[in-house]
Amino acid sequence: MDSVTLKVARTGLTRASYELKYRKGMTVLDALIEVRERQDSTLGYRHSCRMGICGSCGMTIQGVPRLACQTQVSSLNSDTITVEPLHNMTVIRDLVVDIGPFFRLHRSVKPYLIRNDIQERDHSEREYRVLAEEVRRFLQFDYCIMCGLCYAACPTAALDPMYTGPQAITQAYRYMADPRDEGWEQRVDLLDTTHGVWRCHMAGACSFVCPKDVDPAKAIQMARMEILKKRILRKKGKPGSRPVAPSAPGQGKPGTKAPPFDFAEGRTKET
Amino acid sequence: MVETIDHDVVIVGSGLAGLRAAVEVLSRSRGSVQSLAVVSKLALMRSHSVAAEGGTAAVLYPEEGDSLELHAWDTIKGSDFLADQDAVWRFVTLCPEEIRQLERWGIPWSRREDGRIAQRPFGGHSFDRATYAQDKVGFFEMRSLYDKLQEHDNWARYDETFITSIVLEGNVFRGFTAIQLKTGAFVYFRARAGIIATGGAGQLWKFTATSVSTTGDGIGLAYRAGLPIEDMEFMQFHPTGLIPTGILITEGARGEGGYLVNSKGERFMQRYAPSKMELAPRDVVSRSMMKEIGEGKGFLDEDSGLPYLQLDLRHLGREKIDSKLPFIKELSMKFTGVDPVEEPIRIKPTAHYTMGGVRVDINGKVLDRDSHLVKGLWAAGESACVSIHGANRLGSNSTAECLVYGRIVGQDIVEYLESDRSPPAGSGSPLIAGEEERIFRDLFKNETSSADVYTAKAKLREIMDRSVYVFRDEAGLADALRQIRELKRSFEGVKVADGGRVFNYNLQDVLEVGVMLDLAEVVAEGALNRKESRGGHARTDYPSRDDKNWLKHTLAMRTADGPSFSYSPVKITLWKPVERKY
Repeated sequence: MDSVTLKVARTGLTRASYELKYRKGMTVLDALIEVRERQDSTLGYRHSCRMGICGSCGMTIQGVPRLACQTQVSSLNSDTITVEPLHNMTVIRDLVVDIGPFFRLHRSVKPYLIRNDIQERDHSEREYRVLAEEVRRFLQFDYCIMCGLCYAACPTAALDPMYTGPQAITQAYRYMADPRDEGWEQRVDLLDTTHGVWRCHMAGACSFVCPKDVDPAKAIQMARMEILKKRILRKKGKPGSRPVAPSAPGQGKPGTKAPPFDFAEGRTKET
Repeated sequence: MVETIDHDVVIVGSGLAGLRAAVEVLSRSRGSVQSLAVVSKLALMRSHSVAAEGGTAAVLYPEEGDSLELHAWDTIKGSDFLADQDAVWRFVTLCPEEIRQLERWGIPWSRREDGRIAQRPFGGHSFDRATYAQDKVGFFEMRSLYDKLQEHDNWARYDETFITSIVLEGNVFRGFTAIQLKTGAFVYFRARAGIIATGGAGQLWKFTATSVSTTGDGIGLAYRAGLPIEDMEFMQFHPTGLIPTGILITEGARGEGGYLVNSKGERFMQRYAPSKMELAPRDVVSRSMMKEIGEGKGFLDEDSGLPYLQLDLRHLGREKIDSKLPFIKELSMKFTGVDPVEEPIRIKPTAHYTMGGVRVDINGKVLDRDSHLVKGLWAAGESACVSIHGANRLGSNSTAECLVYGRIVGQDIVEYLESDRSPPAGSGSPLIAGEEERIFRDLFKNETSSADVYTAKAKLREIMDRSVYVFRDEAGLADALRQIRELKRSFEGVKVADGGRVFNYNLQDVLEVGVMLDLAEVVAEGALNRKESRGGHARTDYPSRDDKNWLKHTLAMRTADGPSFSYSPVKITLWKPVERKY
């Protein structure tokens, strides 16, 4: 291969085409940098670390969400490469998408270590003891670099913008699986919802595209399993379990059943 | 009219130091801080701190033979006695608490068999005190702090917001001007307290381990605001940058037992540092490597034209590489197609860490030209020069400094805001209007444009790689300085080619390169002036350390004709300088 043609989806244009000389070891990011520096300084794309750890340069390359910095041009087996912005996010300019909603989903699942004793967590002088095998239960899920590729690949997120999404669920599970965490009660009600873990229909695209082998699809399954287990324990009134928390205001007292819905009348039945 | 955004505290930079300071302010303030802003030219979690790999130094096990004295001694000896010893002592005493605090915020530190925190050997440390989480230490530290931050409500994030100037009125900090990439809006952040935590200037070099964002903005803007910057000629070249781009292969690879090998198959470090071998401090190893290459004992990478040596990990075996150095394996395989289990990795010294920075006192408060405190302004992390690292930083002390100084500065700010309740004041208007004009009138409408920003940047980085690298000399530095000045002059006519407002990276590139040229001039001239070899600054024409004339910090101030230099004494409170041998 002597040259390579980049076909880039640009805002307001159909496709811009750039031809470059191919160098051995050239990544898609190298190619984009060369375009901005030598051919067209108006091309918009994000990048930073060049080594697959900062999560900036997610984009759709040959139809698949990937990090540009670690995608070798030679691995694509084509001298024409299409580059588009990530899907499931709003395009701001060229390859730059609005990643704000993605960060907000992540925040919504309380992705931090929750302890009943805050004083001890924030001001103690000793560490918690954790065994290596306990670390292994959540370590893989902690590799997430928040690049958004999983979310961009997710067919469920494409249809349901309120879906919590593979990244956020994985991060919730990362803390659920951490032996130091005590936030179960708070987090379970965020996940056990219509737009939460049950929404996933197991396409597995998230795990396929994850550049860090986090395997969000697995985390979602693990979260489901844990939720079922805990719910059953709660129902049986096992020690330590609590009644179901209220869903939303105005829908009855905590733990009570919602009144039956009268389809003929189109409203809830008087009880 | 420029939009004014008010916050009690504005932190510029979202790396380890910035996030640690944010967490400290938010969890410590009881009502004195109503609102805090984290401003970053990247999105949060994209900062270069995520790329830190090997470890964070701390004395965790004094009962096993480590001690604060030993950590302080290693750091000071490693600094070639240019570190301020009072600051080093404060630093080492706070490191252990930071390790344990992060642990309680969720970081997955690698563990010993009994569940306690594990540590590994690192260069220049005489005890195994680099605390690690596999080989992604900075990444996990950032995740823990970022996650912790999500717990708090009274803060705002300004992602992809690029600071263009620091607004001072006399000796008082007022705020920052910035451009928000998403809209292209020019805004003024007005604050009672500000923190510069923008990282180093590794991008001045072409062969560098650091991300494209590390253009030294905070340091350069402090310099432009008339503040002194300290010890900028001391740049650390990390021995193991991956050919051909310079991205980092952690020192942990040698900490776990990796060998450095020349083309004769020799572990050449036995000739330079027989007691520490590959785990001598970075300046020593990098010089040894460049000597080997100079003597024709290197290899040549034909694709890039770069000389290199080998980092051999094969004897560690697959299991150890997979469990302790998975990221190194991933980088090597993804970027060079080399599996370190099967083949040696190709490496050479790479620009890595800026020892110098904004001049601050022991609490991270910014100092002005007369060594008076600038009211309301702090700096922390790589952008600050406390100075803990002196002429050469030890591996695993940088993430530690970011954590410790993020915390110190956060604490100091809360105390300051509790004692001084005056609201943010001063419109700073002439400065702000002038800044808006400089950017949106001059840069966009430059009619006489002759310079191209990317050509200038490439040229600058070539000059730095050639003449301001591991070894330096009078002729090379003088020539570099002349060329940098020429570039600076022609750059005055640069024009922003992209006429758009939204995500105008071309504009950001122009602003960054302007700052880089200023800093490069300071680095080159400071290096030319310093007629000795100390730590990361090695002169072939002045090969030894000269304590009589040069045991002092360099301070650079901006004038109309370039930097003016003065010097300040090193604080020596614990140990007198002795010969540095390993």
